[in-house]
Amino acid sequence: MSRFAPIKEESKKEKWEKSPYEYGFSSPEKHMFKAKRGLNEEIVRMISTMKSEEEKMRNFRLESYKIFLEKKMPTWGADLSTIDFNNIFYYVKATKSEGKKWGDVPKEIKDTYDKLGIPQAEKEYLGGVKAQYESEVIYGSLLKKLRDKGIIFCGMDEALVKYPDLVWSHFGKIVPKGDNKFAALNSAVWSGGSFIYVPKGVKVDLPLQAYFRINTQNMGQFERTLIIVDEGAFVHYVEGCTAPIYTTDSLHSAVVEIWVAKNARCRYTTIQNWSTNVYNLVTKRAWVEEKGIMEWVDGNLGSKITMKYPSVILAGKGAHGEILSVAVAGKGQHQDAGGKCIHLAENTTSRIISKSISLNGGRSSYRGMIQMNKGAKNARSKVVCDALILDNESRSDTYPVNKIMESEVTLEHEATVSKIGEEQLFYLMSRGFEEHEAEAMVVNGFIEPIVKELPMEYSVELNRLISLQMEGSVG
Amino acid sequence: MLQIKKISVSVEGKPILADIGLELNAGEVMALMGPNGSGKSSLAYALAGHPKYAVDKGKMFFDKKEITELTPNERAMMGLFLANQAPVAIPGLGIKSFLWQIYKKFENEKRMDLVKFRNWLDDEAEKLQLKNGLLERGLNDGFSGGERKKMEVLQMLVSKPKYIILDEIDSGLDVDALKIIALRVKKMVKEDKVGVLIITHYSRILNYLKADKVVIIEKGKVKEMGGMELVKKIEDKGFEEKK
Repeated sequence: MSRFAPIKEESKKEKWEKSPYEYGFSSPEKHMFKAKRGLNEEIVRMISTMKSEEEKMRNFRLESYKIFLEKKMPTWGADLSTIDFNNIFYYVKATKSEGKKWGDVPKEIKDTYDKLGIPQAEKEYLGGVKAQYESEVIYGSLLKKLRDKGIIFCGMDEALVKYPDLVWSHFGKIVPKGDNKFAALNSAVWSGGSFIYVPKGVKVDLPLQAYFRINTQNMGQFERTLIIVDEGAFVHYVEGCTAPIYTTDSLHSAVVEIWVAKNARCRYTTIQNWSTNVYNLVTKRAWVEEKGIMEWVDGNLGSKITMKYPSVILAGKGAHGEILSVAVAGKGQHQDAGGKCIHLAENTTSRIISKSISLNGGRSSYRGMIQMNKGAKNARSKVVCDALILDNESRSDTYPVNKIMESEVTLEHEATVSKIGEEQLFYLMSRGFEEHEAEAMVVNGFIEPIVKELPMEYSVELNRLISLQMEGSVG
Repeated sequence: MLQIKKISVSVEGKPILADIGLELNAGEVMALMGPNGSGKSSLAYALAGHPKYAVDKGKMFFDKKEITELTPNERAMMGLFLANQAPVAIPGLGIKSFLWQIYKKFENEKRMDLVKFRNWLDDEAEKLQLKNGLLERGLNDGFSGGERKKMEVLQMLVSKPKYIILDEIDSGLDVDALKIIALRVKKMVKEDKVGVLIITHYSRILNYLKADKVVIIEKGKVKEMGGMELVKKIEDKGFEEKK
């Protein structure tokens, strides 16, 4: 209820109904091939056959499938009991082959990107757009200068054919197939995703981007990404998701593996805005060698349930890991997010900053782990988690775990939980702003330390999405 | 004219003000004085529409339009501005973009573009002797009392109100800052015919900004009304608690 009389119930309700989920559209489905619903060994084999894979990957998939069956559903986090694995499509192939030029991309798919507001001109200076539409990478364009520097940026399937040794050097090693039930599922049925290799000493000055989108009812999206940043190199990879609304539940279960070599640096930015029927269960992990730097910037806005804890394993001396995350949990949503930093070596440092917002009965949880192994002398870590709760129906929890096996270490933990104060709202309203505008200002201010780390167009989109959420929260 | 007609105000059921009646004309400066706890600031909040200050009796009018039931933003959009006694901080809310949003709400006809607006803002900030780089921060985040008060003035300049309530703008200000603020407000009164209600315990600010009317309130009631001679009396004798 509004705290500021008089309440214009009628007009506010109407406004909300007229503004449905902004990106809730879908293009007509046009598929080359769609597997049956549900999963069995035959479907796993078929996926491998469709992709003309070699025996090694086929066996990897089949072994993973066995592990998936053996592993129990995780019960320590969000409620996953309503996932119906038999009602999901595990493989859909959208177009015949990968388009190399923008002109080759089918019209429906271009329309989809137009609706997402991805400007055509952007690709020129973004350094190559990789877009995953449904389960296959259908469009990939690399600027010549990237190629000239020896950078590889392509679909995972293509990488497996062209650079099998490079792929297998790290594939399934940072996130092993038996890591957890959903990593096993991804390992069995993965399709699409990106592969990036940045050679020694090469710094990619523009972010590489990918756009992901689920566009088939009940379709699972199981992309697999591997990034290898060689010694002294740098890359920033940006991944943004928006998805249309469907009435039945959808599953998104990705695996991202990153190898950061000595003195290298990788930043991986995600804005997740799945529609609110999607289960978003993602395993992201980076291995960092001596003096390497890994930064995860992670924004979770959409989905029904998200369980995602980007991790860094600080394996080399002086390695640094950073996890910046922001989560917005609205009506019917549970954002269970956080991060893990595992310190294996001397003088390693890490920082986790987590900001969450709960409104309209939404629930956000911070779940994090700091582990410092014996030998991680002078390791330092700082965890800051701030929660903002907008009403009495919403909820926020924190579940921090510290496993410290070395004595000469420093660990700081700060946590705050706050509500938007009446005084802040009154102050902004007395400057002429509506209550929902005032709330959005306070909320956007709260997450600003993370938002400023995002590329410009993402921060603008994030602020706008939050303002839209606020309009719905009033009245 | 800003009219307060016999209003009684309570906070969480506790009566604070009784039968207050005041009239403030455009281009006029009115000083509202009284000891601590007399209800001066409560009147400011009730005028601006703070939900905690319930108007149980009486009505308020802004240029003959009743505002008693309006929300704070509706009153603000009409041209009523409250400079708060203790402005709150909104961390992360960038001042320049905040002021630009205020500006866009209030200026429709002769709107400057963003570049011009920013130059104008820098100019005004310099006149107010706001420290360099302060406008790059979050709203009032880590600001001193004096800096917060100057930010109120900057917001006031951007929203171009018709009537201004200065709720103890002089508290926590050094003499230089007080003079700068008072003279800036004086300029608005002279050039834009703004009506100003100054709430204060001290006569200091009135040395720079002469009041046309002076009202003394005590224990939630109007005790005396007059001109600057009342200020002289208070300077000499202080507020007389018993009479």
